[in-house]
Amino acid sequence: MIEFHNVAKRYPSGHAALRDVSFAVARGEMVFLTGHSGAGKSTLLKLIALIERPSAGEVIVNERNLTRLGRRHIPYHRRGLGMIFQDYRLLQERSVFDNVALPLVIAGEYDQRETGRRVRAALDKVGLLGKEKYYPVELSGGEQQRVGIARAVVHKPVLLLADEPTGNLDPDLSREIMALFEAFQRVGVTVLIASHDHDLIARMNHRVLTLHQGVMLNGEGAPAP
Amino acid sequence: MNRRIEPASEPRPAPPPNRRASPRRARSMASYFTNHLRAFFASLGQLLRTPLPTLMTATVIGIALALPAGFHAVLSSVQTVAAGWEGDMAQISLFLKPSVKEVQAGKLADRMRAMSEVAEVHYISPQEALAEFEQSSGLRDALAYLNENPLPGVLVVRPAAQFAEPAAARGLLRRFEAMTEVDSAQLDLAWLERLHAMVGLAARGVWLLAGVLSLAVLLIVGNTIRLGIQNRREEIVVTKLIGATDGFIRRPFVYGGMWYGLFGGVIALVVVNGLLLSLSGPARQLAALYHSNFRLELLGGAATLGVLTAGALLGWLGAWLAVGRHLRRIEPV
Ligand SMILES: Nc1ncnc2c1ncn2[C@@H]1O[C@H](COP(=O)(O)OP(=O)(O)OP(=O)(O)O)[C@@H](O)[C@H]1O
Ligand SMILES: [Mg+2]
Repeated sequence: MIEFHNVAKRYPSGHAALRDVSFAVARGEMVFLTGHSGAGKSTLLKLIALIERPSAGEVIVNERNLTRLGRRHIPYHRRGLGMIFQDYRLLQERSVFDNVALPLVIAGEYDQRETGRRVRAALDKVGLLGKEKYYPVELSGGEQQRVGIARAVVHKPVLLLADEPTGNLDPDLSREIMALFEAFQRVGVTVLIASHDHDLIARMNHRVLTLHQGVMLNGEGAPAP
Repeated sequence: MNRRIEPASEPRPAPPPNRRASPRRARSMASYFTNHLRAFFASLGQLLRTPLPTLMTATVIGIALALPAGFHAVLSSVQTVAAGWEGDMAQISLFLKPSVKEVQAGKLADRMRAMSEVAEVHYISPQEALAEFEQSSGLRDALAYLNENPLPGVLVVRPAAQFAEPAAARGLLRRFEAMTEVDSAQLDLAWLERLHAMVGLAARGVWLLAGVLSLAVLLIVGNTIRLGIQNRREEIVVTKLIGATDGFIRRPFVYGGMWYGLFGGVIALVVVNGLLLSLSGPARQLAALYHSNFRLELLGGAATLGVLTAGALLGWLGAWLAVGRHLRRIEPV
């Protein structure tokens, strides 16, 4: 589902955030991405979502080579992804319901009842069914994070990318959210989670990719750990 | 709080299956129109949520549109009155050959009266012409020496309204000249042509003004939309991240520009008609002093439609240009 071939990312500032990164994630796999702060986890996810372009190497997602994907095709590529951001990225002026409905609206869903049904199903999964009329500012950090998760899954993406999805959640809630991700994985969704919650990762039985200063320690052809 | 987590059976991976039997094309058409309709009303709602700034922008646009529309209204009133003058003033004098006798002249006049191009024919016999000349020239004694009346009979023709305008009147003149009874024909056009040139110049001025002020409207709308884009930068970034196309993001702004222009058009209509109404009384009094039937007319149906269409189109275009320039620069990081 995801293939990185000798990918490097150098920001305009000159900082090399990723160096010669190669790895692959199979369809339907659930993988953790870990590493110290500044190791390049967010950068790696951004390359998958085409928020950034690699300086070198090739990124292939869902059998599509992103290197050659034109600007016009980026929106359609992103619609196949579900993204959960470190800083939530909710629309402050829209209600919880409208925030979660956004991916459906963008994709042109015109059936109001269907939209409502799907949005409520997604909110139900993250335990926020009663808060659909709230605005993001009226929610706690953890609740906002869960709205972001509901928005990422409402359109049933093939690939779920999560950047610190449990950063603001208490341990119980973190476990439940992880269980939710596993539920998605079991029905065929590929899940890639960037996290430095080592305890949580250790408790779960999934492959772990580790970045260290932009180098993938346990990808393909990487130095043995 | 309900923290229930759904069992694994619920989520299905994308692509979402076509739930209904409706064919794909019909579905995408429907969603296309839904998207447009949504943006159409959402942008209206957005403007109405901040009524005062919206009103201010629309008023500026309205004033810019009101100027050419107002001049246009005054000008078309002038044109109506000028057309009346033309009908009164356009006169073709046909000097008949000396051999043409009064009876023949009368028959010719009757024939001309039957023509649809002719409104009125008046015959001046050589005797009447001489009498008139004697009176106006004061050469009675000198003329007494002439043993023969040197003046020809004259037919004074007033063309019908459609043929009073210079080019048509000239065509009529040429046809009359070719008649066997007619020696020469004369059309006094200088006054008419001067009036026409003036009205034409004024009309061109109104169009130029309209052009310049249209540019102003484009800039006003463009700037307003640019501010709107800046204010909603974060929202644009997020919707882009979720997979919105440029078209999707552009749509509410472009419709917003259209609404601004349309509101501006409505304001222009109110302003222009209000001014015309308040001026029409004094204008009529002034015209009466000059024995003119000049009247300021309110904007007609076509002009009203024109102002509204121009407003909406300019707003749409201004927004479209602004969005195209600014949206590309906003990319998620
Ligand atoms: N837009 C940018 N311009 C310049 N440098 C950047 C940019 N984004 C990230 N970096 C740098 O790249 C490095 C990797 O950043 P990244 O956000 O990928 O780290 P991370 O592993 O997600 O860290 P954290 O766990 O703190 O979120 C950092 O040193 C950061 O300073
Ligand atoms: Mg990060």
